[in-house]
Amino acid sequence: MRLTCPLCGPRDRREFYYYGAADYLARPAEGAPPEAWDDYLHLRDNPAGVTQDLWYHEQGCCSWLKVTRNTVTHEILAVESVAGADAAEGRA
Amino acid sequence: MPDLIAKPALGVAPVTHAGTTLAEIPLPQIIAIAPYPGQAAAVGAALGLAFPAPNTVSESGGARLVWAGRDMAFLIGAEASAATLPEGLAAMVSDQSDAWVMLTLVGPRAVDVLARLVPLDLRAAQRGQAFRSALGHMPLVLIAEGEGGFTLLTFRSMARTAWHEIEEAMAKVEARLALSA
Repeated sequence: MRLTCPLCGPRDRREFYYYGAADYLARPAEGAPPEAWDDYLHLRDNPAGVTQDLWYHEQGCCSWLKVTRNTVTHEILAVESVAGADAAEGRA
Repeated sequence: MPDLIAKPALGVAPVTHAGTTLAEIPLPQIIAIAPYPGQAAAVGAALGLAFPAPNTVSESGGARLVWAGRDMAFLIGAEASAATLPEGLAAMVSDQSDAWVMLTLVGPRAVDVLARLVPLDLRAAQRGQAFRSALGHMPLVLIAEGEGGFTLLTFRSMARTAWHEIEEAMAKVEARLALSA
């Protein structure tokens, strides 16, 4: 498996650390009800198909990446920098 | 004040296998430069070196600015010293000279040796390129010097492991060559 890091280019899986579902990016606002926090922390879909998750380019540029992939075909559909397009182009 | 003595990480003699030589550069000078958001170009201008794009090195005289990760580059060279940086540089600066070990691997089999340890295809690597990757399980900044030469930076605390693993890979490449000769 290879991921194309927006900064480093195509790299081997062993350079990356898997964190979890990209749901972690949608943090509830302050004062959100306990149900929202329960959902955020514990409830995850388990799709057969396209899913998004977070990877850290640990042995590389140290970017957090949002990876869109297909759990059925193992296709990697997109790899984006969580910090945004500026970081991906080295300007930030 | 205790009298501190600068000591190389390894202090070993170079080794050669299959015409390819592994050597230590004893006391590298490495300054990490992490520009504040949006200041990379200004920092480059202040240093007189273009701030490097990912996977590249910019050079001027004896000084090199080596891309070392997102929003970070290493200033490497004989004159690299935190004391000589321009005033008011818009960047976080740390002297990391004593945190890294610098090795050189030069020769016709350097790419074959690194292929056993580094998950990158280096067959087309050219001077001016630098990669943040892994040497086995160890963090690595790999600088391509062109013509079969590479400079490797890894954590000084892992220097002996790095040396051992590279030398072992060199011996195995040499043994494989002897079989096919």
